[in-house]
Amino acid sequence: MINKWNKILKGRGTIVFCASVIALFFLVALLAPWIAPHDPIKVDLLSKLQGPSVEHWLGTDHLGRDNLSRLIYGARVSLGFAAMIFVSSLLIGVLVGSISGYAGGWLDSVLMRLCEGIMAFPNLVLVLGIVGIFGPGLMQVLLALMLVQWVYYARICRNMVVSLKERPFIAAARISGSSSWSIIRRHIIPNVQRPIVVMGTLEMGWAIMDISALSFLGLGIQPPNAEWGAMIHEGTAHIRSHPELMIYPGVLILIVVIMFNILGEALSERYGVAKLRR
Amino acid sequence: MIRYIGKRMMAIIPIVFIATLVTFALIHISPVDPAEAYLTAAHIYPTPELLEQKRHEFGLDRPLFEQYLNTLQRMARFDFGTSYLTNQPVWNEVKARLPATVELAAWSMLFSALVSIPLGVLAAVYRNSWIDLLSRAISYFGASIPQFWLGYLLIFFFSVRLDLLPVEGRGDWQNLILPTVTLSLVLIAVYTRMLRTSVLEQLQESYVQYARTRGIRERSIMLKHVLKIAIAPLITGMGMNMGKLLTGTIIVEQVFSWPGFGRYFVEAIFNRDIPVIQCYIFFAACLFIVCNLIVDLIQTAMDPRILAKGRAEH
Repeated sequence: MINKWNKILKGRGTIVFCASVIALFFLVALLAPWIAPHDPIKVDLLSKLQGPSVEHWLGTDHLGRDNLSRLIYGARVSLGFAAMIFVSSLLIGVLVGSISGYAGGWLDSVLMRLCEGIMAFPNLVLVLGIVGIFGPGLMQVLLALMLVQWVYYARICRNMVVSLKERPFIAAARISGSSSWSIIRRHIIPNVQRPIVVMGTLEMGWAIMDISALSFLGLGIQPPNAEWGAMIHEGTAHIRSHPELMIYPGVLILIVVIMFNILGEALSERYGVAKLRR
Repeated sequence: MIRYIGKRMMAIIPIVFIATLVTFALIHISPVDPAEAYLTAAHIYPTPELLEQKRHEFGLDRPLFEQYLNTLQRMARFDFGTSYLTNQPVWNEVKARLPATVELAAWSMLFSALVSIPLGVLAAVYRNSWIDLLSRAISYFGASIPQFWLGYLLIFFFSVRLDLLPVEGRGDWQNLILPTVTLSLVLIAVYTRMLRTSVLEQLQESYVQYARTRGIRERSIMLKHVLKIAIAPLITGMGMNMGKLLTGTIIVEQVFSWPGFGRYFVEAIFNRDIPVIQCYIFFAACLFIVCNLIVDLIQTAMDPRILAKGRAEH
């Protein structure tokens, strides 16, 4: 069963391409203070809502702030926070998942019921609830997303551990006197790497979308800081006269998220891991 | 069959229980004192006596366990307390807004099924053709585009540029078009891929080959046999993606000023109207659980093998 598009979209070239684009975005985010031509929050009302010029490549917004600089700084928030959510939920998830799978018994039951309880809620609803209770702000959003994300890693990790636990090489390690901790670290973690890489890649895309959605609702980043979702929200006020204000940040979100999604699917095909849906 | 339904019903009890526990816990880990929030929202200066009185009124001075039991009892009677902002029972306010959300969600489900069923089938039948590529493009696009941005893009093209459709509000059928399309795209993305995969799987089956050798036309093989089986995963998919639909309504209602439950929820978040937040979260969890149950039952009805398998295991 030859599938032309599959072959192209899930081939090596696609993986390299997507990874490079993502790396480029991260590089821009990292180097923002050096490459941004202007201060992203400096208000200059005299030059508000200007079109592209040599001074402002992508024009200025309703407060005269440089669009290009705001987009560059916005990448820091979107990508940086998505990465933070990824790393922290991964750590919690792997830890809880391996303990749960390894220990088994009542501890496993309690932890897995907890995960199911969290998964019983649609993701964004629980995040909104947490933000609603603790109040708007980027830190609260970060915490809320982390709290709902780790369960997916915990589940994968736990299931992998349970199926690995009975395999001969683990039994051999146990018989030869390895401690539980060193078995987890030396044998189990390397084995769960692949599904986690796939899951993490897809999750980066989701996290970027969630962060931008929350910022759009006004619950994430607070003005005057730049973030793509918040910039779209600010831009919609000028949808009639200056639609480009909301179009630029949206295009960037779309590109980054598509890259993460295509990369995630290509990796899942390559590694032979079942795709994980949220 | 009845035993199976009964067993499934029993299985959701602990999940509902956890859901109530989470909703209850949210209030108690909140740094906001409900009594204070209530008074601030009602524009009353919170003196210590008033706070004390309100706390007593809300039952906040009772032991936690008793409070939890009270909450459970109230929730069972659809009593979610009174909104801090309007002083009206939350459930009444929700009841007034639910039809708008249900309307939007129902049209979106219908629209996404109408688009994704033909698209998914055609993509599978004409594999590697332009229509397959189109379905793939839509699925990547739909999964990666921020919904609120899509909404504004549609507003920009169809309302601002072409001046064809209203920007916001509810009432006319014209008001429904843009929100429905916005909400549907992400669902279309998922459903189309699902259907394509399951149709491709079915086409490999021997009954298709048999039907072909008997000389039955491709079209009737497709419509009478393959689609009937291939559609089952789609129904599961619809149930599993209820969460996407629900969170979608929150965003879409915000973009198009659609007076539904989702918009009310976002307003409540800004106002720290905790009973409303609590009600929404509980409602979302229940919806999720009920949908999963319904999907399970429909699946069992459509494919009796599930039941037989369950019986063989026990």
